[in-house]
Amino acid sequence: MNAVVVHNLSKNYGKKNEIKAVKEISFEVSTGELFGVIGPDGAGKSTLFRMLTTLLLPDNGSASVDGSDIVKDFKAIRNKVGYMPGRFSLYQDLSVEENLNFFATIFNTTVKKNYDLIKDIYVQIEPFKKRKAGKLSGGMKQKLALSCALIHRPVVLFLDEPTTGVDAVSRKEFWEMLMKLKSQGITILVSTPYMDEAGLCDRIGLMQNGKLLSVGTPKEITASFSQTLLEVKSENMYALLQQLIAYDSIMEAYSFGEYHHAVMKENFSIEKLQQYLEEKGNKNVVIKNTVPTIEDCFMQLMKK
Amino acid sequence: MINDIIISAKGLTKKFNDFIAVDHISFDVYKGEIFGFLGANGAGKTTAIRMLCGLSLPSAGKASVAGFDVYKQTENIKKTIGYMSQKFSLYEDLTVKENIRFYGGIYGKSNQFIKEKTGWLLQRLHLENEADKLVGSLPLGWKQKLAFSVAVFHEPRIVFLDEPTGGVDPVTRREFWNLIYEAAESGITIFITTHYMDEAEYCNRVSIMVDGRIDALDSPAALKQQYAVDSMDKVFLHLARTAQRVDS
Repeated sequence: MNAVVVHNLSKNYGKKNEIKAVKEISFEVSTGELFGVIGPDGAGKSTLFRMLTTLLLPDNGSASVDGSDIVKDFKAIRNKVGYMPGRFSLYQDLSVEENLNFFATIFNTTVKKNYDLIKDIYVQIEPFKKRKAGKLSGGMKQKLALSCALIHRPVVLFLDEPTTGVDAVSRKEFWEMLMKLKSQGITILVSTPYMDEAGLCDRIGLMQNGKLLSVGTPKEITASFSQTLLEVKSENMYALLQQLIAYDSIMEAYSFGEYHHAVMKENFSIEKLQQYLEEKGNKNVVIKNTVPTIEDCFMQLMKK
Repeated sequence: MINDIIISAKGLTKKFNDFIAVDHISFDVYKGEIFGFLGANGAGKTTAIRMLCGLSLPSAGKASVAGFDVYKQTENIKKTIGYMSQKFSLYEDLTVKENIRFYGGIYGKSNQFIKEKTGWLLQRLHLENEADKLVGSLPLGWKQKLAFSVAVFHEPRIVFLDEPTGGVDPVTRREFWNLIYEAAESGITIFITTHYMDEAEYCNRVSIMVDGRIDALDSPAALKQQYAVDSMDKVFLHLARTAQRVDS
């Protein structure tokens, strides 16, 4: 069964509806799946999530969450989804414990009843349970917000950019928590601007300018990259990039960590490229075939 | 160019009551270098940057920025540096041109300088048609590129960039780095923090802060070799996991 079904969903903002935030999006998320919506700021991720959690009405199209329509059955949806917005939105002047009790109470349940679900996350902030939420560090706020979003045992969990501005270690820990939740059968939709988090999802949708560029498993998406991709480095990376961009058999070249990536045209030759780069004065040239990442795919799709 | 030291810190320390936010850090940054200043949230990066920018007095230790002392010559430092962060960069309710004019004026540049350089800058960023639009109406990527250009508009000797590329799309992120490379080639020293580990690779040298200390400082290649791993991501995780400090 599908936990989320989205059909031609659109949302416009502005006096004359001139800002098209979400443009005719369609996709489905299966029950128990961890689905990532991946895209930069301004892609429309939050607008999409706010429509699916019934906080915004769509202008066109339809969608259902756990079988309930996002317009007609909004009350039912509010009872069965959990939502963690991008901006910290708990009560800053209530303590950790008070916030959690508050959210449990408004959903007509108790912390005790669903404690097993949040235990792994909550124990990490429990030593600070008397502290006001506003006085917590970023990492602890995030854990409390996730606990509050889970306390009524939602069927579908929406997490809007939970790892933005968070360092690499905390990001890794957060994804480990998501994996545990997934193993308990909760369907999770998570949005992120970090392309390297795509590989942790079952399926992903790449989003840019209100549109889904592609939907599939990370492997399906990287397999759809049709050109040969090379990684190239030498001692002067800045000059090397300009030379790669200027080279005939290269469609595109861009920095990619330690190497530059070069998207090749057909009929290229590594030997000739090597020769060209050495003639240009590059020392210690390394050229290798490489496998495209989600980020490579995203850049290709953006330019289409 | 190398070995011309532009930032020098020796035992630089900042305490807030009993809490040692920055714990005796020592390092040099060379002129024209792209210096990556990494660390987990709460490791002390922001506190260290605030001292180097002349915004916060150290509790102990020494440091100079462009030859100016961080205790006594903070006003000189502020005039000599540029600064940009993801959170604060430009005034959204001023136009592109007004923002440039405003920052040029703040740094005491002449009207003629501002006028000439504004035209050049708009052309370089392909923003000629957006000159009279409010900055708030621009896409994030354009805003960040403009913010960087404004931060180096007064031709500072050093520019401090605090997570400048957060949330920016991958194409624009690389265009942003091209601006950084160009600025570095022109002799401006770049001091940058980022959570993107691929960007750590673009730096000449990288320092990694853990619990207020600098636990590693070298070129990305040397750091990877030292920790016997194949990416900066792994170097970072290796070091940051040793942290004792609860991010609080």
